[in-house]
Order: sequence, then C-alpha cells, then structure tokens
Amino acid sequence: MAVIDIPRKDLVVVENLKKYFPVRSGLLQHVSAWVKAVDNVSFSIREGETFGLVGESGCGKTTIGRTILQLTPATGGSVFFDGEDIFAKKGAELKRLRRNMQIVFQDPYSSLDPRVPVGETIAEGLQIHGIGTSKERAEIVTQMLATVGLNPYHARRYPHEFSGGQRQRIGIARALALRPKFIVCDEPVSALDVSIQSQVLNLLKKLQAEFGLTYLFIAHNLSVVEHISDRIGVMYLGKIVEVTDRETLYRNPLHPYTQALLSAIPIPNPRLKRSRIVLTGDVPSPLNPPPGCRFHTRCPVAKTICREAEPAFAEKQPDHWVACHLV
Amino acid sequence: MTIAAKALGAPSRAEDTTQESQLKVVARRFFRHKLAVVSVILLFIIFSASLLAPVITTFPRDAVDVSSSERPAPPGAISSDGRLHILGVDHLGRDLFTRVLFAARVSLSIAFMVVLISETFGALLGALAGFYGGRTDMILSRINEFMLTIPQLPILLIISAILLKRDVVLPLPGFVNKLLSALLLAPEREAQKVVVLVLILVIFGWLSAFRLMRDMALTLSKQDFVEALRAVGASDARIILRHIIPNGLAPILVNASLSLGGIIVLESALSFLGLGVQDPTPTWGNMLDFARAYMFKHPWLPLVPGIPLVIVSIGFNFIGDGLRDALDPRLKR
Repeated sequence: MAVIDIPRKDLVVVENLKKYFPVRSGLLQHVSAWVKAVDNVSFSIREGETFGLVGESGCGKTTIGRTILQLTPATGGSVFFDGEDIFAKKGAELKRLRRNMQIVFQDPYSSLDPRVPVGETIAEGLQIHGIGTSKERAEIVTQMLATVGLNPYHARRYPHEFSGGQRQRIGIARALALRPKFIVCDEPVSALDVSIQSQVLNLLKKLQAEFGLTYLFIAHNLSVVEHISDRIGVMYLGKIVEVTDRETLYRNPLHPYTQALLSAIPIPNPRLKRSRIVLTGDVPSPLNPPPGCRFHTRCPVAKTICREAEPAFAEKQPDHWVACHLV
Repeated sequence: MTIAAKALGAPSRAEDTTQESQLKVVARRFFRHKLAVVSVILLFIIFSASLLAPVITTFPRDAVDVSSSERPAPPGAISSDGRLHILGVDHLGRDLFTRVLFAARVSLSIAFMVVLISETFGALLGALAGFYGGRTDMILSRINEFMLTIPQLPILLIISAILLKRDVVLPLPGFVNKLLSALLLAPEREAQKVVVLVLILVIFGWLSAFRLMRDMALTLSKQDFVEALRAVGASDARIILRHIIPNGLAPILVNASLSLGGIIVLESALSFLGLGVQDPTPTWGNMLDFARAYMFKHPWLPLVPGIPLVIVSIGFNFIGDGLRDALDPRLKR
C-alpha cells in the first residue's frame, strides 16, 4: 500500500473535460463529423505532486494539457485551478491566472522563436505581466539560466546556437520565470537523447523541490513516467482508464489496457523472459470510437457487457480509479 | 582562404568574445555576393546624383533653350548662352542631363513609396490571414487571388486614365505636401499627381507580400513558441507584430528589393504609354516616351533615361539575390 501522508490539497481539478475537433468537408466546409480527442475526462492533480499521463500517440494526452492551459478552447467540462474555474475566466483575469500555469514543450526546436535571443524569450513573460524594470528582468533571466544550468552570457545568444538539451533547459527557464505553481510538461524529454533525458528529468525533479511545483507530466515512455511521477493516469482513445499512485499502478494494474502496456516495457536483460500481453489490431479512430468500452475491440478479456455499456470510472480500491466492467 | 579558415574554426563555446551581432553576420554574407555589391555601388552613385540634382545641374528643370537651332541636340551641344549641355537637349530644347537627374528623383521616389506602402500593407494583411486562418484568411486570400488573376496593365491604364487626366486633390496635410514637393523637386500640384500614381501602383503592389507573409504566418503560428507566448499571456497583437512578422520579414525584404526594380519598370511603362507621370514632371518613363519619336535619328535620346533604368532595375534584382542569401538564418557563417 502506498504511504498516504496528510491528504494534499487538489491544485488542478478536471471535471468531464471534452475536446472535440470538427471535421469539415465539402465545398461549404460544413462539419461532417467530430474527432473526440478528449471525451469526458475527470481527474485531479494534488499540490506538489507530479501527475503522469501516459498513453499511445493520438490518445489525447497533449490535448488535455493544452486545454487545461486554455491554449485551445474546451468543448465541454470544467477545470478548476486552486478553486478557480479557468474556463470562466477571460481577458485580464485569464492573463493573471496564466502566471501560475506554464508549459514545457516536446519539440525544443519549434518552442523557441529563432529570431529572438533566449534572454528576451525568458524575459518576455515578465515584460507582459509588467514585472520589474528591464534591469531587474535581466537579473531574473541570469538567475533562471543559472537555475537550469546555463551561463549568464547565453542570454544574448540565439536558439540555433544551442543543442536540443540546452534548448529544453531554456524552455524550462521560460516557464519558470513567472514563478508558476503548475507546469504542464508535454513530453519534455521524448525528443532528446537518452543521456540528456535523465539530465532534464533530474533538473525537473530538482526544480520541483526547489520551487514547490506541481507537474502534469505527459509522456509515452513508461520508464520515464515511473521515474518522475507520484500518481499516474493511463489514457486510451480520449478516455482516462485508470488513475492511481505509481507504486500501485506498476505493482497491481487493474485495467487490461494498463496491464498490456506495462507488460510491453522492455527489460534490459535478453535472458529474462516474461509473459507479454500482445494486443492485436490498431487503435480505433477517434472519429468513430467503438460503442461501450472503447477498449473492447482489442481487450483480451472482453465480455458482452463491454460491447454494450460504457464502464463507469469508479474508485475500485482506495485511491485507485478504474474504468472497467470486469474489475 | 580566410573564409574557409573561419568556417573550419568552430565558434568557441567557452567564452563570449567571438559573438557577432546578427546584423554583422548578415552584412558579411551580403558582401560576399559580388554582383550585389557592384549593384549597391552603382545604385549609390545614381542615388547620390539624384539627391544632389539641384546642385550639380546647371539648368532649371523646365528651362527651354529657345534659340538652340538643333532640337533635339546631341551630347556636348552648347547652349545659346555658351553653356555645355552634357547630354544634349530634348525635342523641346530642355537640358537632358538636368532632366534625367530630376527624373531619377521622381522614378526612385515613386518606387520606394510604392514598395514601402505595399510591402507593409501586404505583410500586415498576410500576417493577419495566416495567423487567424479561418474566415479572415478565406476572405483575404480570395481577394488576393482574384486580383492576381486579372491582368494588371489594362486595369492600371484604365484607373490612371480616369484619375490622372483630371485634377484629383488628395486630402493630405500641408507639411506632407511640402515634404513630397521637396522630395520630388516638383511643385505641389505635380507632387499630388505622383502620389495618385503611387496609390494606383499599390493596388496591385501588395499581392506578393501578402502571399509570402501569409504562408510564413501560417507555418509560424503552428509552432510551439506561439503557444508558449499565449501561455505567458501575450496578446495577439504582440505575437503578430513582435514574433510572426519579424520571422517572416526576410522574404519580404527580398521581395521588396526585387519589386523595386519591377515598380520602376512598371511606372516607366505607364509613363511611356502616356498614362503615368505627366510632363513637365520628368520620369525615366515619360522621357522614353518623348524619345520614341526621334530614336532612329537621335539614338542617344532613349539611352539617356534607358541606361539608368536598366542599371537600377537589374541592380535591385542582384541586391535582392544577395539579401536572400544573407538573410537565411540557417546558413551559419
């Protein structure tokens, strides 16, 4: 059983979040269908923890991150940040809220403006929010660069003069400059070399301790997620199918999809054999998701009920939420 | 040799002494382009001559040497009061050297005004279309495409025939009129007509800048750094003006340089057809128009405005090429 200390306050609460993208066709571009990228997702992230979100490509994890930050408007549902309803905020109020929530991107190449020296990129948020004089901002930039392990003179350089790992550090410094409480890390290490991955992950951990940050850590690499997360949510085709703390998830996964996913983690020992659950077929299109449980087309243990009724997302064991009829 | 040595020596990462500003790098790359440098020098000479036109010319712009027996007269002709006509006189007995310099002033001013206005206008609209997409893009792009498909010259001829043949008075503030008149070395009434022509040329001038900036904005606005800017609370105006447009500026600058040559030729074409700038305001185009009737007997007449016209339009093209290479941020050194 995981050690549950004093129950921590929920910092981010996501309730029935929906994000549908319209598919337009024909001469008049009428909406002919909806891609249900995120469909009725609920979870909460506690203050100071790292919430890992795993799932295959295209399952909607990135969309969740961007919708929480209001970078794309949600179709339905609500997100509360520190008790405030984010989707109800507009204009100046939303801008104020943005100081507290930042994002680190997957692609270190497109996440920095190539024509702007990195010091200015880091300082831009401060400038927008009218924090400090330009001299004070330059000091904060120096401080932020040092925090992420870069040198003060790097501030004057342009993004193309940096390596991928360094750029990712710059992206982190930018997110950090506004002193947010919450950072969405959208696959921050998947574009990096394995050796650099661990450096960046350890940097993120160090910063979390130093600044008391809360992370939503989106990834598809299960080892990375295990390394950094306190609690983990598993996504499949726009739905969260299982949420629990890390130890429980890796020791006792309840959802068949999670079980299959975990059995696919490679073990760095060629002699070690282990039973793998091999899923057949492809992920169905989110354009036309299967009825009932979305996983039933590939589930090794699916029953009739799975084809007919959508399973409720319920707390099957203490603090262990699963959406499956058979658990 | 030195270039190769520089390219081989990896930029030092430990200290920051070798750091060059972006502008220096661009300048150094530009100066490697020989034809562009030659063009800059030639254009500089023509620009200076046109700027100094009132100082270096010895005759008033419209002074007619009535007593001159031979009209047009060849280069080196002597005026009735014993002064030298360096490039001869035209069919009315006006000094060609004087007129070609004043014409340079007018032709170049028109080109710069048209390009400045239309590139700015096109780039702004293009950035809006590419950034917002959807209906904004739809409407602006269709207008743009429609205007690209219709033949420009006949439309321009019709519009200038309507507007230039009558006295259109533009509601410009007095100091702008004075400024234009000083720039064009022409009375305010003539300057006004030149401005009308500038506006006519802008009608089709913005099209390529729009397309270039729209395409740039379309790809740029999908980049993560734009999302990052949104996440820190940047306004749309800030994102467009400080990030999208600066990133898309390189092709616009190249396009501006290339179209400067094009506009000079287009203005000359209109003036040549008698529908551009009207006599007595000289431009290279209307000078060519007058020369047409005499060109077989007096072949230097078309050459006087023709040679600078060719140099300027080719020169701007070479400069555009040089800029294109120099401004590419992916070419490192």
